Amino acid sequence: MTQKMNKFNSLKKTTKVDFATYLGVIVVFIITTILQNNGSLKRSAIGLLVPICCYMSMAVSLNLTVGILGELSLGHAGFMSVGAFSGIVASQSLMGAIPNAPVRLAISMVVGAIFAAIVGLLIGTPVLRLQGDYLAIVTLAFGEIIKELINCLIIGYDENGLHFIFNPAGNKTVDDLGLSASGTAIIKGAQGATGTATIATFTAGFILVMITLIVVLNLTRSRAGRAIMAIRDNRIAAQAIGLNLTKYKLMAFVTSAALAGAAGALYGLNYSSLQATKFNFNLSILILVFVVLGGLGNIWGSLIAAAALTILPEALRQFADFRMLIYAIVLIFVMLATNNPQVKAFFQKLLPHHRASAEKED
Amino acid sequence: MTQKEKAKLVPVSREPALLTERDADKSPVLECIDLGITFGGLKAVDNFNVTIGRTEITGLIGPNGAGKTTVFNLLTKVYQPTHGTILLNGKDIHDLNTAQVNRAGIARTFQNIRLFGDMTVEQNITVAMDTQMHYTMPEGILRLPRFWKEEHVMHERAMELLSIFHMEDLANAKANSLPYGAQRRLEILRALATNPSLLLLDEPAAGMNPSETAELMENIRSIRDTFKIAVLLIEHDMNLVMNICEGIAVLNFGHVIAKGTPEDIQNNPEVIEAYLGKQKEA
Repeated sequence: MTQKMNKFNSLKKTTKVDFATYLGVIVVFIITTILQNNGSLKRSAIGLLVPICCYMSMAVSLNLTVGILGELSLGHAGFMSVGAFSGIVASQSLMGAIPNAPVRLAISMVVGAIFAAIVGLLIGTPVLRLQGDYLAIVTLAFGEIIKELINCLIIGYDENGLHFIFNPAGNKTVDDLGLSASGTAIIKGAQGATGTATIATFTAGFILVMITLIVVLNLTRSRAGRAIMAIRDNRIAAQAIGLNLTKYKLMAFVTSAALAGAAGALYGLNYSSLQATKFNFNLSILILVFVVLGGLGNIWGSLIAAAALTILPEALRQFADFRMLIYAIVLIFVMLATNNPQVKAFFQKLLPHHRASAEKED
Repeated sequence: MTQKEKAKLVPVSREPALLTERDADKSPVLECIDLGITFGGLKAVDNFNVTIGRTEITGLIGPNGAGKTTVFNLLTKVYQPTHGTILLNGKDIHDLNTAQVNRAGIARTFQNIRLFGDMTVEQNITVAMDTQMHYTMPEGILRLPRFWKEEHVMHERAMELLSIFHMEDLANAKANSLPYGAQRRLEILRALATNPSLLLLDEPAAGMNPSETAELMENIRSIRDTFKIAVLLIEHDMNLVMNICEGIAVLNFGHVIAKGTPEDIQNNPEVIEAYLGKQKEA
């Protein structure tokens, strides 16, 4: 028996922890759905469900770059933006061809992920040669560039297909697209995407979070994840054991971008109107705050931090003008508390107990 | 290696003194020909000519700052040599980078330990087997059969390697939580996991007590015997060097001042001078 346990012990143990994570997310989803159905959730809370799922997915995917690859990226909102607008274009232009909303949503999210991955690959290839502060600054610039580029984009759709105008001078309008009478404009430059059919659902958000978790956790437990962590821990030694640094860094960066793109598509399809300025530097920083607050490399932490910090500003609405002040104070106290050695020790005590009970269940 | 290729190798500045009889009829694993590097005007290593036999344990010694670690950095392409040639298994490694040199067969440890600190002991070893694994990233994410099969094989191999130093119980410990000596041993195992034909050890006994050093000597010998590989080591512990090395090269100010068997080296006046200073004429 013990012989059998020894065999493959480590992989089994991490698999168990991963399944506990999946189970936790599933339980929260079921409880929330029940609450939503029997009407005990406020309207404002229901409105937050999809964004929370998007932010969770964003936080977990950014954790792959920041916590596991160990490179600071300040342009994660840029990938979300690419995913959001390519997802909106896909969804709006496929409206006739695929009337079924969930299928269209799924396809739009895949399109968002693919576009974000392509952009991630284009950005990552030159940028990942840099390290540390330099990489952070270049990704920051990239996020701003994406924002400006999408601000200049006019896209419409009619029976002849998609029509694009790139409008950096700002002198063109939707009329210049030359759409036929039945055509509609999808993205209108600085006005952003308006009149989008809001097909995003909480269930889709849940599935997105699950897929993100499975991709990130399983990647971390595979040879690629080990290589990525090795590069984080010691570049020189990673090279000395024959690892192709560029390949593995790109793998982490592009995977992270693709997941952010899928989250962006879901986010975009949750609002009838969306501007590119939504995906600004502040959003990138907010997601980074989720990751840092939850703990670098800690997937559970990212999930909880993303949910808590999305709910908190809403829950503080009664404080009106002092809302952001209290938000900031709470943030500081949480940071202090999670870095407190006594609090850490307390959670350490909880952890083995948790593992033991998880093993009993088997 | 074909007869023709072998014939091509022989005339190159061969150093019989450094080839054991056991390896004399086999092609050497490593040949350095006039290897050197210049930093600015400083010749850090110059005219480094050393040949290492297939299963030989060779020592590289010399006073501090003599350029020993620089030689390792040249062999592993951390530095690109400014002149000279390195032949690994008869092939010129001029165009390879550090990672490719490792895949070609040179593995090393570091003087200042460079483990993957936040990873477990087992992960430190299995990550070094990455180039021997074949499952792709999607297979890893979806956990398809090849993932489980290869992970299982690598796990078993990692445990086998850990058993060399009796470290199986530490498999799930974080690498940076290990005591110093265990970290040094783990670095050797990680290097071995890449299936090298030449193992470079940079001060493997540094910080070890005499009994640990004695054990390490046995381990290095048994690693050589088990894996049939060549070992080149930098070491200041003369007891270790004289005991296990079959050939020794002495480096001083970037030049090889002596090569030979441990006996030759011990009686070489130039070596004694490099270490102890010039004897006054009586």
